[in-house]
Amino acid sequence: MAVPTAMLADDTTAIPLPSVIQLAEHTLEIVSDSGEGAQKCGQIFGSVSAKMGNGVWTVEIIPAEIQPPPRTPEGASGNRIRIGSRAVTNWGDQVQLVVAFNEQVLLSRHRIGALADNAIILVENLWATHPNPDIQKAWQQALGELATRRYRIIEVPMEEQCLTIDENPRKGKNMFALGLLAYIYDRSLARIEDQIAYTFRKKSEEVYQRNVALLHLGYDWATANLDFRIEVATSTSDKPLVVMNGNEALALGALASGMELCAMYPITPATSVSHFLAEVFEKFGGILHQAEDEIAAAGVAIGASYAGKVAFTVTSGPGLALKTEFIGLAVMTETPLVVIDVQRGGPSTGLPTKVEQSDLLAALFAQPGDAPRIVIAPSTIEECFHSVITARRLAEVFRTVVMVLSDANLATGVQPFPRPELLAEWQASEPDLAPLPPDTRPYEWNSRTGLSPRILPGQPNGMFTVTGLAHDERSKVAYGSGVHQRSSAMRSRKLAVLQQMLTPPVINGDPDGGDLLIVGWGSTRGAIEEAVDRARAKGQSVSSLHLTFLSPLEPGLTAIFKRFKKVATVEINYSDEPTDPFITPENRRRGQLAWLLRAETLVDVDCWTRVPGEPLRPGAIAEAITRLIDNEGGM
Amino acid sequence: MTDFSCADFGCAPPVEDDREYVLGDYEGPVARWCPGCGDHSILTAVEKLLVAEQLKPEQTMFVSGIGCSSRFPHYLKTYGFHGIHGRALPVATGIKLHRPDLNVFVVMGDGDCCSIGAAHWVHAIRYNMNMVAMLLDNSIYGLTKKQTSPTTPQGFKTNTQPYGSFLPPLNPLTTMLGTTNVSFVAQTAEWIPAHLYATLKAAYHHRGLAFVRVLQRCPMYTVSLYEQAVKNPSLIEMLVHDDGVLTPELDAIYRERRTHDPSDINAARQLADDTDRIRLGVFFRDEHRPCYDEIRRPTKITASERIALLNKELDRYAV
Repeated sequence: MAVPTAMLADDTTAIPLPSVIQLAEHTLEIVSDSGEGAQKCGQIFGSVSAKMGNGVWTVEIIPAEIQPPPRTPEGASGNRIRIGSRAVTNWGDQVQLVVAFNEQVLLSRHRIGALADNAIILVENLWATHPNPDIQKAWQQALGELATRRYRIIEVPMEEQCLTIDENPRKGKNMFALGLLAYIYDRSLARIEDQIAYTFRKKSEEVYQRNVALLHLGYDWATANLDFRIEVATSTSDKPLVVMNGNEALALGALASGMELCAMYPITPATSVSHFLAEVFEKFGGILHQAEDEIAAAGVAIGASYAGKVAFTVTSGPGLALKTEFIGLAVMTETPLVVIDVQRGGPSTGLPTKVEQSDLLAALFAQPGDAPRIVIAPSTIEECFHSVITARRLAEVFRTVVMVLSDANLATGVQPFPRPELLAEWQASEPDLAPLPPDTRPYEWNSRTGLSPRILPGQPNGMFTVTGLAHDERSKVAYGSGVHQRSSAMRSRKLAVLQQMLTPPVINGDPDGGDLLIVGWGSTRGAIEEAVDRARAKGQSVSSLHLTFLSPLEPGLTAIFKRFKKVATVEINYSDEPTDPFITPENRRRGQLAWLLRAETLVDVDCWTRVPGEPLRPGAIAEAITRLIDNEGGM
Repeated sequence: MTDFSCADFGCAPPVEDDREYVLGDYEGPVARWCPGCGDHSILTAVEKLLVAEQLKPEQTMFVSGIGCSSRFPHYLKTYGFHGIHGRALPVATGIKLHRPDLNVFVVMGDGDCCSIGAAHWVHAIRYNMNMVAMLLDNSIYGLTKKQTSPTTPQGFKTNTQPYGSFLPPLNPLTTMLGTTNVSFVAQTAEWIPAHLYATLKAAYHHRGLAFVRVLQRCPMYTVSLYEQAVKNPSLIEMLVHDDGVLTPELDAIYRERRTHDPSDINAARQLADDTDRIRLGVFFRDEHRPCYDEIRRPTKITASERIALLNKELDRYAV
């Protein structure tokens, strides 16, 4: 058996008790070639950590291809897991421990600065003595490059160990690695076995047994060979918790909302919402319809919504673009519709598996003509669940389109949250097909609010023809200027009514004002608030607020902004740096929320945005905060 | 076309009445199509069908896209959904999936169905849902004023191909007959009301998606299209069969008749492919093909059942 280079004890010496490092939080990664199961390992580790009482946030590291070439930095696939003794709201800055299945995927993490300077690295050492001299050389070069930092590198004979159980180690290394982590972090093997049973519930008993054997193999190897353990204190919550990823939460929210039809077309990173629904939706009286294309998915959802309970569609950027015309139709015909957009990098095909927040303006405005719709953005996994319930209700009450903007970070991120106490009132009521009074008009707009009751096909006396053409209260095609002016006003007024029902956002920090206010939306909440908390602890006068409603915007923003010397958004979308060549205050492209806030409040809102293809790190935001404060009044 | 009641999908049944519906119960405002437009006669045939079948106006839905023919729902007193160009079929699919109790008719033009909506057309045939789909095919874009459509004859001059349409026209019949799970394809003509009506009636009674192509003249732009056939019935061959469409009242005029068994898809494809003759009748019919809306019919549950089920799902994620 190969002995880890870091270990000095020889076979005759009794294994010393490991030193236990106690920490308030720890961040680790597990990375492999695509298809070697690092993600599954990370997911199980994250879930079990949450179940044992740690705060958890996980982020998937995903290449765009299913099977990119092995042993390449670009092919790195895996998971980052940040665990804490208290709630964890984001993926943190750098990792303190990494398990890597080869040195090339490890290099990719090293090169992008993901690893802390003193990180512990557990790396498969098969490659050091590989029969292919090119691979041996690559290994040596990589170790040379890694030696420029103070990493502690522990070589682990993963494949050699796994071969004692399974002739195809590629399939089992992830469970061996899980065993290593279980030892290091003292995770309950019984809980892990339960989680393995659930993960492989569609596979045979034999598969389960093999995975459990590999888990124990890893655990035992670590027991015999590692000289350290890491303890992140757990705490038991007084409330029952659930732990899941954002796409699961969206799907469960849809079930809780009582919606009974989802029409979709496969698109990363939204598709797993439909995977979940495909398994259970029929039990809930629902239909998951995989349409022939994104456009049809919107059309089917609109047809279903028009005829009965509100329906929804789930997509990502390119799909949203294709659905544009149908979304306009739903707005124009006042057909309730929920559109969930799990954002990824764009434009075009962009970064299919990577997080970005660049669909905001498309969600708000991508439409010829004036098509006001509601846009909300969950900022946590828990909010993913509740946002769909809210969206269904708003769509129905306001007879319009509600867009829910999630993103790739939330989609695959796993976080525990209080188990929702389900309420019947969250659910759509059964369609009422009672006869209507004769001469009921399909758009009986309340002149003050723009709201009107919805008629369903099947209701006697209600017969009318929905049309995307300009129409009057009777849904009759009408091109007169007065009619279009009024119907446009009615569709717009509904958003103003909703805005008046909202409460001003809560300020994290000092509500009375200060040097800087950071404004964010969506999945960046945890990272922004952690950065603000760190900055405030250093004595910086900075606060933050996070918007859930983007259309209509939450009330009171102008007054809040005026209490701060400077306001800046932090977003995962592109903006020019003020110091870039040719950039002036007039031509600078700004973050999408900044663009919107400037237009709506006339406050000179600045921004700090990045499109790194990964979530923002709180440390990077904290540095930006310092620069924004120092540069007060700059651009 | 539908064997459901409201109770089947969980909502209160509408108040029963046993009144007899008359033409006035279906007739909407005066249609604003051009005089001489084939759409008028199709609307009349549809109204006649609604009366004959005594379909409750509130249980009946006409879904259309964009184009002259897609104004169809506006001229009826049923429920209507006049949507966007090419997308009538997805909307109808959503309606029928959610509300199997409704009688759903889809009205499309040739540009709508065979060009911008072609993807949906092929897939709707494969879904084979219980609906009647009508392709009102006048071989031209009329509403936008004379542009080449997929079914415009080769050489026909339009505003977008002023030296004549470049390519042979798409054959909607062979396209449909070549599509997996096709279950009903018929062709009729707007200028032969008795055949039009009989064909729509057969379509209505079909289990699955009944697709009817109606040959049609545009009085503005394709007036010459079927001029010869209108004047000379011998240019038309009627496909007749006990399982197809029989119009004995027309036998004296349309003497060219061919017995065609609509269960024979190979014969149907051959007849459809030979465009030297105009053939009217049922090309293909098979009532035993799977219908997506019948397969996708979940059992409805109550709010409290939903909460109980959802709690079970949440248990899987419990910490």
